[in-house]
Amino acid sequence: MDFLKAFIIGGLICVVGQILIDKTKLTPARILVTFVVLGVFLQLIGLYAPLVDYAGAGATVPLTGFGYNLCKGVSKAVSEKGFMGIFTGGLTAAAAGISAALIFGFLVSIIFRSKPKK
Amino acid sequence: MKHEMTNKEYSDYVKKKTPNSKVFLNSLKAFISGGIICVIGQCILMLLKKCGFDEETSAGYTSIILIFLGALLTGLDIYPKLAKFAGAGTIVPITGFANSVVSPALEAKPEGMVLGVGAKIFTIAGPVILFGTLASWCAGIIYWIISLF
Amino acid sequence: MSNRIGRQTVELTSKPVIIETASIVGVKEGEGPLKDYFDRILADDTLGEKSWEKSESALQRETAYLAINKSGFMQSDIDYVLAGDLLNQCVGAHYSVRDLDIPFLGLYGACSTMSEGMSIGSMLVDGGFANRLMCMTSSHFCSSERQFRNPLEYGGQRAPSAQWTVTGAGCAIIAKDGQGPKITHVTTGKVIDKGVTDISNMGAAMAPAAIDTLLAHFNETGRKPNDYDMILTGDLGVIGSDILVELMLKEGFDLRGIHHDCGKMIYDIEKQDAHAGGSGCGCFGSVFCGYIFNELKKNNLRKILVMATGALMNPTVIEQGESIPGVAHAVAIEN
Repeated sequence: MDFLKAFIIGGLICVVGQILIDKTKLTPARILVTFVVLGVFLQLIGLYAPLVDYAGAGATVPLTGFGYNLCKGVSKAVSEKGFMGIFTGGLTAAAAGISAALIFGFLVSIIFRSKPKK
Repeated sequence: MKHEMTNKEYSDYVKKKTPNSKVFLNSLKAFISGGIICVIGQCILMLLKKCGFDEETSAGYTSIILIFLGALLTGLDIYPKLAKFAGAGTIVPITGFANSVVSPALEAKPEGMVLGVGAKIFTIAGPVILFGTLASWCAGIIYWIISLF
Repeated sequence: MSNRIGRQTVELTSKPVIIETASIVGVKEGEGPLKDYFDRILADDTLGEKSWEKSESALQRETAYLAINKSGFMQSDIDYVLAGDLLNQCVGAHYSVRDLDIPFLGLYGACSTMSEGMSIGSMLVDGGFANRLMCMTSSHFCSSERQFRNPLEYGGQRAPSAQWTVTGAGCAIIAKDGQGPKITHVTTGKVIDKGVTDISNMGAAMAPAAIDTLLAHFNETGRKPNDYDMILTGDLGVIGSDILVELMLKEGFDLRGIHHDCGKMIYDIEKQDAHAGGSGCGCFGSVFCGYIFNELKKNNLRKILVMATGALMNPTVIEQGESIPGVAHAVAIEN
């Protein structure tokens, strides 16, 4: 059941992205930015956490989940550290994801090379 | 020209002549492939929880593993082939973020490590991190103001 | 200025001759319908180089050497090389001609570069300023994607109207005398911008320039579409060609059956996943120097008008919200 929920919610979030790409000519980079910011916003108004509880990875794997994570982190940090938390919360929560992307990204760039396309 | 068109008329005419993307079919493909990636994420998440990690650590490792897979498949030139079918189904998940980090860096290798790979690795990831951080900062201010009362 | 017969058209009374051509294409182009007409098909699109920019230069250099060898002349017999490509500052051409011992004039006309080169080249020859010169251009899918679109490994989807940049190069040697098809008229295009901003729809952006140049050519020479066996455009692709033929018909010129487009010819559009067809300098360059030149020599084509079209934007100004200006240069060739 958890898998089905993850499949449906995750799939639907991707459909929103696809419709944006096909209908608005937004470039994929803008789609990614939009999704992250949207995730932050949805968590701020309290909508994303229930979705994560319901769909698990279906809500955390799409990039809106990255935004959710940033927002959750900042909320926790503000409650623990007050004003300083505004600055530390977001990136602290996202640190694992960003570090992994940069480190694996770097290693892959070193090992492989760009290939011709057909 | 006998039938000179204004820019507006020409752009309307071009719109009529240009085939539209097949939104329904593309959305279906995005739904299936995006769904599958999330199911893979869910599998990893549940396995990690079974191994005794708590909720948050499991979620963290799930992201790291998916990012690794996205990066590796990009290096192997498999990810762009999947993406041709999947569209947003491979762009929106965190694996797509990994792809957007690796692809510009991989291509910039001939320009060296610092201004090639080092700078270009942020071509698409940079704006994502910037606006994500900015949005969370704004959210932080709101949380902080609320915490004052 | 007796050779000038109109605002945009000149007549070349000495009729410069295209004595030899050479064409080299990439792997995908070598699987297309015109595969038997190219001089060489690459087995590896990298040409053994470490970057795509270097690959493109190598491609152009090989094509230059091939054309010189085929013509039987020495480099010292050639007075100018007129070359260009799509890369920033035309480095594809610059790094290929640095190995040649021939005076160089660099051109940028985006995908119209080949017919721009042939226009200027034939005028130089007609004016008595050169006995023999070569016009050359190239494009490479991988360097162009990098320059104009997304990274190669980036997982994006192409719009149905998008065109596929041809990996290929063409080189034509034009001479005062010799055997071969002759250039009789040159109509130089104006830069036309109808406000198209979609970089996935280059054909539609360039079609108005093609129409403008064609109308000027017909009006100033008094010729009609039927005077030609073929009117060949460079890379309008499926959508641009459709627009060209339909709008020309409204102007009273019926191109149906006469008009062909290199971008539609070079790929099997359905089977090779080329969306709206091929594009790039090398599209017209390789198709003209491969297939068309061959047909002219065999006399299967006797009198043709060739016109490569170029989209003159760059990614920076497009990000700034600018539209895409186009240009088209027409060259009349007959046996």
